[in-house]
Amino acid sequence: MSTTADPRPTVSADPGPPREIVRVSVPRRSFASELRAIKIVWKRELIRYRSDRIRIATTLVQPLLFLFVLGSGLQTLSAASTHGVNLKTFIYPGILCISVMFTAMFSAASIVWDREFGFLREMMVAPVRRSSIVIGKCLGGATVASFQGVIVLCLAGAVHVPYAPTLILGVFVLQVLLAFAITAFGVMVAARITQMQSFMGVMQMVVMPMFFISGALFPVAGLPGWLAVLNRLDPLTYAVDPMRRLVFSHLHVSAAASRVLDPGVTWWGWHVPALLEAGIIVALGLVMLSIAIWEFSASD
Amino acid sequence: MSESTTKAAPANPREAPETPPAIVVRGLEKSFGEVQAVRGVDFEVATGEVFGFLGPNGAGKTTTINMCCTLTKPSGGTATVAGHDVVRERDDVRRNIGLVFQETTLDGYLTAEQNLRLHAELYGVQSSLVPARMQQVMEMVGLWERRASPVRTFSGGMKRRLEIARGLMHSPRVLFLDEPTIGLDPQTRRSIWSYIRTLKESEEITIFMTTHYMDEAEWCDRIAIMDRGVIVALDSPEALKAQVGADRIRIETEDDQAAIASLAERFEIDATISEGAVIFRIPSGESFVPRLFQELGVPIRSVSVSRPTLDDVFMSYTGSSIRDVEESGASDRNKMMMQVMSGGGRR
Repeated sequence: MSTTADPRPTVSADPGPPREIVRVSVPRRSFASELRAIKIVWKRELIRYRSDRIRIATTLVQPLLFLFVLGSGLQTLSAASTHGVNLKTFIYPGILCISVMFTAMFSAASIVWDREFGFLREMMVAPVRRSSIVIGKCLGGATVASFQGVIVLCLAGAVHVPYAPTLILGVFVLQVLLAFAITAFGVMVAARITQMQSFMGVMQMVVMPMFFISGALFPVAGLPGWLAVLNRLDPLTYAVDPMRRLVFSHLHVSAAASRVLDPGVTWWGWHVPALLEAGIIVALGLVMLSIAIWEFSASD
Repeated sequence: MSESTTKAAPANPREAPETPPAIVVRGLEKSFGEVQAVRGVDFEVATGEVFGFLGPNGAGKTTTINMCCTLTKPSGGTATVAGHDVVRERDDVRRNIGLVFQETTLDGYLTAEQNLRLHAELYGVQSSLVPARMQQVMEMVGLWERRASPVRTFSGGMKRRLEIARGLMHSPRVLFLDEPTIGLDPQTRRSIWSYIRTLKESEEITIFMTTHYMDEAEWCDRIAIMDRGVIVALDSPEALKAQVGADRIRIETEDDQAAIASLAERFEIDATISEGAVIFRIPSGESFVPRLFQELGVPIRSVSVSRPTLDDVFMSYTGSSIRDVEESGASDRNKMMMQVMSGGGRR
């Protein structure tokens, strides 16, 4: 029970003058009604984000911490081997990705809260498709996570990444795709895991290794064999790499620096095109979304 | 209860002109593995009726209500709500029902108004009518002034009232309330009931609810008493009480066992111990009390005589008071009780 004092409901206070009853009706399911459901589930995520001041504050602070504390700290160690490129510039795409991933993960976690606090039930009994609920949820989480990405994008200048329109636009699109894929992954996991602690545990167990293996903090060429294999299997690799390529294509650095720091992902010596990398992220996102839809549709 | 049935007809032109029952349940069953939660129940609820399911926790009320509102698939039997089969036409049932669950299903971070709007959007209610409808249902439960407050600042009673308002947002034809007053203080419970009664008068709606409070069941037009997965009695509260007839006498004595023995010996009365006192039933109880003091032979500390209540009805059908059932759980099912039960089940 809540703790606040209840202004006592006055028992049948005054029915007032008899008024016309406003009668509404629920139409049969249609494409338009599904779109409306997707929209409201999406909107709810935004409303909740907006009303959660602490969450907004942490989304602002976290990337600053990663970028400036981690970046500046490591810089002192690695000045020699970065060929004059600021380490903060190098890890910028990786930091952007991890910020987006954390936010997306928290957005997906709200489905676990919704279940715990019962609200999920309200959505599940509505006369709409389960897929509409799941799609709305994924889009909402992706939108909130993308805000995070935009905040980091605004910080680009502070780490010597130029505000070139093609660069900003390219990174923006890539981080939106990543936000969507990670939210879909989180929702897929949340369909099965009903306890917050377990969910967070699973997500940490997945997100942190993904981050470390992806090359967010190191160049992906010249790795030991086992790490190279893991790196190529890590989906996050294919989000960090095209972003880094975009960033380096707009920097004025020596050819040697580019070769070392931005080698690009290769499969058996073949350079994977950036578009294909983005395609991998989209495909994974869609697969996980489908699994999430299937899981929620199958549940009672 | 039947006056409103004629008016309800134009609500949905697809329906036949003579108003069919709002709910028809035939041989409904549900098993969870080995456990048979509901063992074949049959009943009909007329349009415009307030129909109550009464019974102890674990009697199968919630399972039955969940099957009627498409949340649980029946293991056997059929249920039709607002003219639609709950399994084959699940969406059509959902469009026509409102649900208020035992646990809150509101979003505490949203305001009261946002919660209702979200519901209207999910159900596809005509946008132009949403503001007016929202004001109406919120005024009905006395929360219109609090519409802009986040729901997490609401008390338990206010949340429940808001859920009732939300359940009505899309003008459902049947409103399901699962223990709508559980965990609330008596005053709030009473006010919730006055809303439900107002609702019945103002909206053309059928209300199906469960409760395990005996006093609340009296508000219903008809009640079904449920125990261990079957309906043991079904009628209006008055008719059920009339069937019991006799008054109930409750005495506290120095020696309950001796009192029971003495009652059997001298008055040929079958008494039982319930809730720490000796209880028995006799016509015109007040005039019996003087004889009791003279002839019982066991010191009596207190006596109370009461008219039949639904608790007595429950007791006469199941052999125990509802509270005893809840306390003892399923442990002591003696044979006699089972006999009484199955005997009572045939109406």
